[in-house]
Amino acid sequence: MDWLYIDMPIAGFPIFWPGLIVLGFGVGLIGGFFGMGGGWMVTPGLNILGFPMAFAIGTDITHMAGKSLISTLRHGRFGNVDYRLGLIMVFGTVGGFEAGAQLVMWLERIGKVDFYVRHGYLVLLALIAWLVFTDIVRKRRKDREAIAAGRQVDSLSTGIEWHKRLHKLRIPPIVHFKQAGIRCSAWLPIGVSFITGLLAGVLGIGGGLIRMPALIYLIGCPTHVAVGTDLFEVAISGLYGAGSYSYKGRTELLAALVMLVGASVGAQIGTVATKYVRGYGIRIFFGIAVVGCAVSIVFKLFADAFPSARSLLDLSATVLILGLVTSLSLYILIRFIQGARQELAMKRQSESAHAVR
Amino acid sequence: MTHWQWIRTLAIAVLFAPALWAAGGGGAETIVLVADSRRYAGWKAWWMNLYNESHLYFAIFTIVVVPTVGLILGKATDWLMARTGINLKSRILAEH
Repeated sequence: MDWLYIDMPIAGFPIFWPGLIVLGFGVGLIGGFFGMGGGWMVTPGLNILGFPMAFAIGTDITHMAGKSLISTLRHGRFGNVDYRLGLIMVFGTVGGFEAGAQLVMWLERIGKVDFYVRHGYLVLLALIAWLVFTDIVRKRRKDREAIAAGRQVDSLSTGIEWHKRLHKLRIPPIVHFKQAGIRCSAWLPIGVSFITGLLAGVLGIGGGLIRMPALIYLIGCPTHVAVGTDLFEVAISGLYGAGSYSYKGRTELLAALVMLVGASVGAQIGTVATKYVRGYGIRIFFGIAVVGCAVSIVFKLFADAFPSARSLLDLSATVLILGLVTSLSLYILIRFIQGARQELAMKRQSESAHAVR
Repeated sequence: MTHWQWIRTLAIAVLFAPALWAAGGGGAETIVLVADSRRYAGWKAWWMNLYNESHLYFAIFTIVVVPTVGLILGKATDWLMARTGINLKSRILAEH
């Protein structure tokens, strides 16, 4: 069974390549659907396949750049990417990311980095989960009230409407983002991306997990446009991260390229699946992913607090993450198959009706 | 919050950024990794030598190769997906 293993030229050990393709496929699927890089899923996966942590992060970021590019191109054709918004946000993201990285170095010097990063991550994920589910509950309440009052349900209404207040800030220049359907001060996306970039830099993640909800709740993007625009951001920041980690000599490029083979198929399916799922459907499952991620961090924190149970708790965190990735992948695949079948059946029906006429 | 308060907050954030940068201080000594190219020949040996000789060239190589491969694979899977007959140019669902 030697053919199932490929030598990693830089890291210098053999890796089970079908594992890399399956991992790439799963992350491509989830990333294309939710609009995130998926570093929180890939790093433990690569670790299980035998990658040392330093190589796992660099390899993950490198493959993320290619995968997000594929998803962005596909989302772009659906009209889900606001390139102008994405480009403006790049400035804030890069500035924030660098400031965050410097903050981490300062925390390292005072010896508090692990404590602040882990707890900060947890608080942030709890806040995002609260935001997502509060939004869903409020939206449902609005819909119920509309039905009870005999009004038509507004498909464009949202539960949390913080963006409406933020749009009232009229600090010039005022910019119109056509694809997102927003008109606001350019400082709003710059400020928001600076903060999300700062948090991503401190937490050592790509930022999709934070930026996707920020695009929805603070900037006011429709869910599909938030997914596409965030992927555009991830592609750019991923490329920056790929260059940075490669320069530090911590990227196993061959592994990233093998992962890209699986990710390219997964990203296409994940992106096309968004055609068949309503915005709030995506938000619900995004919330579930955030909760899963938070629970896995709780396990890690407990592992630090109770060293005797460390191996069990670490294993539980990994099983949870991989279980979550498998469940979400299955959900997206099923929605894709159902939606595609329905669309093709309708297409055939209309073609045969046309032929009869 | 008035406009001026927002401008002030943004200005403080911008002014604070160099302080954050300075707070980081000098970088720590990094561990230098060397790929063992003696066991290999051909493209693998070239690849490892590129890594060993200059991380800068390796980084440039990475940021050229990754989007190129992504683009090729993206086009290939796009072509395959188009064979299924699914409409890949528009999305009917349009809501928040």
